[in-house]
Amino acid sequence: MTSKYIPADRLTAWLDELAASNRVLVPVRDNAAVAFQPYTGGDQELVLDTQATTPPKGSVFPASEPLMTFEYRKDEENPGKVDVAVQPTMEAAPTVVFGCRPCDARGFTIFDRVYNTDGMRDHYYAARRKNTSFVSLVCKETASSCFCHWVGEGPADTRGSDVLATPVGQGYVLEPITEQGKALVESKTLDNATQEQLDATAQVKQDARDSLGDAVDVSEAQEALLRLFDDMEFWQDVSAKCISCGACTYLCPTCYCFNITDESCGNQGFRIRSWDNCMSYLFTLEGSGHNPRPTKAHRLKNRVGHKFSYYPGLHEGLIACCGCGRCIKSCPVSVDIREIVLRAMETATAETKAS
Amino acid sequence: MTNMPQKNLYLPEIATVREVIQETPNIKTFRVVLDNEDAMNAFTFEPGQVGQLSVFGVGESTFVINSPPTRMDYLQFSVMRVGELTTKLHQLSAGDKVGVRAPLGNWFPYESMKGKNIVFIGGGIGMAPLRTLLLFMLDNRADYGDISLLYGARSPQDMAFQYELPEWLEREDLNTVLTIDNPCEGWEHTVGLIPNVLLEMEPGAKDTVAVTCGPPIMIKFTLQALKKLGFEDSQIVTTLEKRMKCGVGICGRCNIGTKYVCVDGPVFTAAELGDLPNEL
Ligand SMILES: Cc1cc2nc3c(=O)[nH]c(=O)nc-3n(C[C@H](O)[C@H](O)[C@H](O)COP(=O)(O)OP(=O)(O)OC[C@H]3O[C@@H](n4cnc5c(N)ncnc54)[C@H](O)[C@@H]3O)c2cc1C
Ligand code: SF4
Ligand code: SF4
Ligand code: FES
Repeated sequence: MTSKYIPADRLTAWLDELAASNRVLVPVRDNAAVAFQPYTGGDQELVLDTQATTPPKGSVFPASEPLMTFEYRKDEENPGKVDVAVQPTMEAAPTVVFGCRPCDARGFTIFDRVYNTDGMRDHYYAARRKNTSFVSLVCKETASSCFCHWVGEGPADTRGSDVLATPVGQGYVLEPITEQGKALVESKTLDNATQEQLDATAQVKQDARDSLGDAVDVSEAQEALLRLFDDMEFWQDVSAKCISCGACTYLCPTCYCFNITDESCGNQGFRIRSWDNCMSYLFTLEGSGHNPRPTKAHRLKNRVGHKFSYYPGLHEGLIACCGCGRCIKSCPVSVDIREIVLRAMETATAETKAS
Repeated sequence: MTNMPQKNLYLPEIATVREVIQETPNIKTFRVVLDNEDAMNAFTFEPGQVGQLSVFGVGESTFVINSPPTRMDYLQFSVMRVGELTTKLHQLSAGDKVGVRAPLGNWFPYESMKGKNIVFIGGGIGMAPLRTLLLFMLDNRADYGDISLLYGARSPQDMAFQYELPEWLEREDLNTVLTIDNPCEGWEHTVGLIPNVLLEMEPGAKDTVAVTCGPPIMIKFTLQALKKLGFEDSQIVTTLEKRMKCGVGICGRCNIGTKYVCVDGPVFTAAELGDLPNEL
């Protein structure tokens, strides 16, 4: 597939074109954060030189969405009787996410194995996933919290992206990855990339990868975390700082847990699905009052365990973390998931040797 | 390739409450029928499977379908009042509408139990899932050997399904023992905690499967008693309770390590529990 080139100052012309038939989401400043919001035109200042504070998770999996409406209705023939009508709701407008990172787009490949398989299909997710394309921006500079190379291919990982955009000179080389991506770059606004630009792309990718240094092999984590399951001293130690705020889960492109609640107003209302958070005490509190994860140590164990052990155990070793580092960057008390995984592997190895 | 389920996973069937039975001061039984006649006629499930019951405007919670698949006049759910949704359910009466998402989860391995003796040990509301399997087996009586039931509750008032206990006590092909925690005037049956009564009953472990369900503390001591009686972990079947939402393995709420109680359970053998990480 032919790669294209777009000078930065023509970007809005292309986005305008995409926005004619799509909902386009772009990273913009939102108070102290950078978040994906609907593209409103050339006046908007896009933040493309840094990873957005929040991932574009909501583009496919909104923080809160109605699953259905319900309405209680009086039976006209029999006033003593009340009926209820339920109507599924679904909104899946064609969407283009522009300017997320390759790790962000790859996050959805981790969702896919749970939400969108032949055996189990969440129609709400599946419809939006099908209608959403990702134009991911290869990182020119990586952050100290990035570790995409431990858990994937690195900063130019193509999985989940439809177009890979690489900053080259005063513009971007646009490399279509999927058929959907090919359609996006079939635009008169874009020129074919020159050989020189393509060579520069390869260099940007290589430099980004090099800046991350050597990858740590975390394949042993799957076994190690299970081995340490009952070592509560270990878990209390690594979770000591945690204040159970949940920021790590809400900002994570691969966290997919949800709650379902009803909101009613008069005789009608919505059944709503919202992001939920395994770091909170209420997440597993049972009706009997029993809670299988009573302390933050139990809960952090589940969060790390799910990403690096249980999910890989069910999905051919695939780690349910894309290495975006947001949980590290935004944790108010600097809990670092990398440190926990490394320490778990070391501790499990040390225990094996000692026994 | 398996067929893509065309069904919206979260959309409940509308059902009408046909009958409400006050079982105990805090347990009510609801007999419900799906409004869509075709759906009701086509509805199939296995003993032990659960459903999500909804009261629209309040939400959904998980309950065992405790009527057996051999008696399909209605689907029966027995609900202990513990919180918001269960309180709202308790306010419903015949004619009211609920939502039903069912069947969900796995079921009792009744095929591999054929030809064996069965010991049911139920505590409190834990009798609900056992009732399904017990009635199913009584309706297929020839397939099973001796069947015993030990059912315990705190006091006589806390005993559910009172309307069928006399029949169970009378049946020749069922050995029923009822017990309460403390002596109580007018109580003609056994007194004592379930695990102790079980040890006195002394069911033989040979060719026998024990099916137990109840509060965690009861399960814990019942498992110990069963082991004393010579039962292997593979001969003990139980059900797990976890807080659930989706019921289909997606929302991520009910996992124990790699297992999801909503799809890999709620029924597990004690041997399977032994293989799970310790997070019950
Ligand atoms: C497989 C399975 C089968 C089951 N079968 C049965 C059955 O047959 N019969 C039966 O009676 N039960 C059964 N249960 C249990 C039943 O699902 C729960 O008792 C029920 O979901 C409680 O619902 P609720 O909305 O009334 O409780 P909730 O309103 O959720 O509250 C229950 C309790 O949880 C705590 N809690 C929850 N949320 C909050 C909050 N936001 N703030 C503070 N505290 C909170 C409180 O302690 C509260 O009292 C089963 C459960 C499972 C998993
Ligand atoms: S666990 Fe942390 S690093 Fe991994 S995907 Fe989630 S936020 Fe990013
Ligand atoms: S962001 Fe940090 S403090 Fe907050 S729940 Fe996650 S680990 Fe704990
Ligand atoms: S209840 Fe949602 S995963 Fe089990």
